Amino acid sequence: MKTMFKTVTTSAALAVALGLGSTAAHAEGSLSIYHWFEYIPQDLLDKFAKEHDVEVTMDTFDSNEAMLASLKAGKLGSYDVAVPGDYMVEILANEDMLDTIAEGELANRGNIEDKWVDVAFDMGRKHSIPYQWGSTSFSVNTEVYKGDINSTSVLFDPPAELSGKINVLDSSGEVLALASIHLGIPQCSTDRDQLKALNALMQESKGHWASFNSDGAKDVLVSGDAAAGMIWNGFGAKARSELATLEYSYPKEGYIVWMDNVVLLKDAPNRANALKFMDFLLEPENIAAVSNFAQYSAGVKGVNELLTEELKTSRESNPPADAPAGSFIQVCDEPTQKLYEQIWTNVKK
Amino acid sequence: MSGLVEKSSFGGLRKPLLLPAWLTIGFFLVIPVLTMLVYSFLTKEFRGGVLWEFSLAAYDQFFFDRGLFGDEPPKIEWTYINIFWRSIVQAAVATLICLVIGFPTAYFIATRSPQTRNIWLFLITVPYWVNLLIRTVSMKFLIRDTGPLNHWLMQAGIIDSPIHMINTNFAVQLGLFYSYLPFMVLPIYASVERYNFSLSEASADLYAGRWTTLRRIVLPSVKPGIIAGCILVFVPSLGAFLAPDLLGGAKTFMIGTLIEEQFKGAAGNWPFGAAASMLLLSLVMVVLLFYASSQSKQALHH
Repeated sequence: MKTMFKTVTTSAALAVALGLGSTAAHAEGSLSIYHWFEYIPQDLLDKFAKEHDVEVTMDTFDSNEAMLASLKAGKLGSYDVAVPGDYMVEILANEDMLDTIAEGELANRGNIEDKWVDVAFDMGRKHSIPYQWGSTSFSVNTEVYKGDINSTSVLFDPPAELSGKINVLDSSGEVLALASIHLGIPQCSTDRDQLKALNALMQESKGHWASFNSDGAKDVLVSGDAAAGMIWNGFGAKARSELATLEYSYPKEGYIVWMDNVVLLKDAPNRANALKFMDFLLEPENIAAVSNFAQYSAGVKGVNELLTEELKTSRESNPPADAPAGSFIQVCDEPTQKLYEQIWTNVKK
Repeated sequence: MSGLVEKSSFGGLRKPLLLPAWLTIGFFLVIPVLTMLVYSFLTKEFRGGVLWEFSLAAYDQFFFDRGLFGDEPPKIEWTYINIFWRSIVQAAVATLICLVIGFPTAYFIATRSPQTRNIWLFLITVPYWVNLLIRTVSMKFLIRDTGPLNHWLMQAGIIDSPIHMINTNFAVQLGLFYSYLPFMVLPIYASVERYNFSLSEASADLYAGRWTTLRRIVLPSVKPGIIAGCILVFVPSLGAFLAPDLLGGAKTFMIGTLIEEQFKGAAGNWPFGAAASMLLLSLVMVVLLFYASSQSKQALHH
């Protein structure tokens, strides 16, 4: 399915590229972006294309792992920039798939918010700039379930009203991380009892789940196919705008926080344009356009006053005071990762 | 005679004319399959890719269960065999449904007048103008709890509460049947169209009932079309992953999704994905060889 989606989006990107090509037939250069689906406004890409006289093409992916697989299978060298999540930046760097941004190459580097400069997944921002950040938790249709939604039990030990009406993301990393938070065990645990408990929890919980769906995470909630579903906060805000009874949860046990980043890929065919694009996205006005579209938060100074009133006050972007802090997904070493893969296979066997 | 004329008239051009076909098969079939065969015997690289060291780990993982931590004595691993079995059953059921609905459809079309036949055939192909993904998503919209189908049934007073269809095996079967029905109809139509209906008349003259005529005269004559249709439906259904993903909710792995997960998911286990593909390929080839040998035996009997 994902491949088909990608084919469709790729063709769409191609159509857009051809469309742009006809108006900007004499574009100076090109820029090839590998990006998450349904995330960046087309207007912004058009604006960059016009300002810098560059032909922009974009392919989309629906999980960090799918992006890594595609790059590994030979796409490295055909894209200039990609937009991986936090832990995937670290993985890409370990795989030697990123180029280094030299001192002074980015004019707007100073615009990065201080707290996002020295991040664990890319100390000193050698390969990446912040793009958008947010949380992964779940939304509940409060018309179906009127009880307390701020607990991971809603997903992993659901009340009768929600059993069989739950969608989870089709992504082992996020589901197993949230399950670990539910059990109160560390991510990348190597403790046998903890892993057995995690395996048992997944076996128990999947009986309550209706589907695994990432790119349809919003649609299943809005359509009523699911009454509760794992979702990214901005996607959850979009879902709520289509179905007002949906409420985004901040579980008391914790939840996932993430940051997507624009990275400079190794062997980028248009390195100079890639840097121009990064500078472009460090302009508060431009990155605010992404936030207003996707309903996530930016990591750039001076964006706040440019956000819509709705985004500034939405529950999805403003955790309540009593909510715990979220945790980033951790990168496990090979033997540990293998155990988590086995648990995930057990879920779907 | 005519065969000889055709052969000799293109004699010198035969090889160059066949070259594009051979090149296509070589480049797009033989080389990728050999690549996968080689990959299945290599060592897994962490997070996707292969290391060029010979290893049987992929096949070992498929057939032997060494426990979650890999230190228990090996038992037979049923996980992947079950996934294959589930996919086979699902494809077989889809083939059966396609046959039950496709055969009468093909028979109906083939017995129309030659002009109207083309219109019917044209109508059969109309859904194929739309991409398979779009058709599958539309099916999802149609059968969901709040979708039009349940809405109409409730309005008509036939049911009180929505029938739950989405994310069930029924939905997957519906999707597979709908996706591949024309693959069944078209070959059967081609067979029935060539069928000499005076044989049916002769059979009736000899006091055979309609059922006997169908069973003993029509079906044996159009068997090649039926078998071709069954293969054309069964094989793509076996590897299908749109319907299980979109209509079945991706709750359990099918062969297609299991292989996809190895290449695109967090597993990143290319040798295992390649091994599973090779086993699938072998399975399909065994089925086809079995069919071919049974055909040639039959030919000997006649």
